[in-house]
Amino acid sequence: MIRNVSALVLGVLFGVVLVKSEVASWFRIDTMFRFGEARMYLIICSAIGVALVGAQLVKRLGLKTVDGGKPEFKNKPFTKGTVIGATLFGIGWAIIGACPGPIYAQLGIGEGYALASFAGAFAGAYLYAWLKPRLPH
Amino acid sequence: MDWLAQPWPWWLSGALLGLTVPALLLLVGKPFGVSSSFRHLCSICAPGSKLDYLKTNNWRGEAWNLLFVAGIVLGAFLASRFLSREPIVFLPESYHSWTGIGLLFGGGVLVGFGTRYADGCTSGHTVMGLANLNWPSLVATVFFFVGGLLLVWGIRPLFE
Repeated sequence: MIRNVSALVLGVLFGVVLVKSEVASWFRIDTMFRFGEARMYLIICSAIGVALVGAQLVKRLGLKTVDGGKPEFKNKPFTKGTVIGATLFGIGWAIIGACPGPIYAQLGIGEGYALASFAGAFAGAYLYAWLKPRLPH
Repeated sequence: MDWLAQPWPWWLSGALLGLTVPALLLLVGKPFGVSSSFRHLCSICAPGSKLDYLKTNNWRGEAWNLLFVAGIVLGAFLASRFLSREPIVFLPESYHSWTGIGLLFGGGVLVGFGTRYADGCTSGHTVMGLANLNWPSLVATVFFFVGGLLLVWGIRPLFE
């Protein structure tokens, strides 16, 4: 119960920040790829820095979750998808001006056309499930 | 409280986004990530699917992830409704057209397909993966930018 409530509340806070930071804005993403301003790079780097310190503290101090469990860390393996999939995602990111979190945030602010991005992402995930056995990994 | 209604400074934005990682680890016990929600939604919408990727996916065990993305939608709504003075515009006007719908859908397909093929997005790889010092996440991050730069500097100019 506490896990589910926490997940929802943290999602709400994350959604608020995606909007107020304007990370969910197509214009910010486009400007980032055009090297028009440092803002997105500063946000991404500071987010990584804080996350790095936080995650390493949790890991190295062996901290437990609030309900006494062990926090889960995943070591994602390198595959051909790490290169091919990542590049395809990057192209899509620049087109729709949103990575997955911001797609949900754009829906939240009532940007109706983001439904097309969301439907596309859903279809893309299904396409991957279908093609997975035939793709190089 | 006027500053709350303005776009937040980069350092506050970055710090709060980054804090999501230890908060999720300590409160939910899970590594931060968003794009796996697309897989879970596919599994839910195709319960009888014979596709391994959907069939073997224990989405009930990852229900926190669906609550988290539902939270994003709600949080974004609250921010636009109560923490902003003017209406928020996050997509260019040109996208409000049939061509725009096509571009957004096509770009969305690349996002859904690409993040699943890469096993993560800017959340799972760029923030969580790098915080976990997972080197494939650094490779993924580099190629996220390769793709984005390719579109903006290489592909889009062909159509302008």
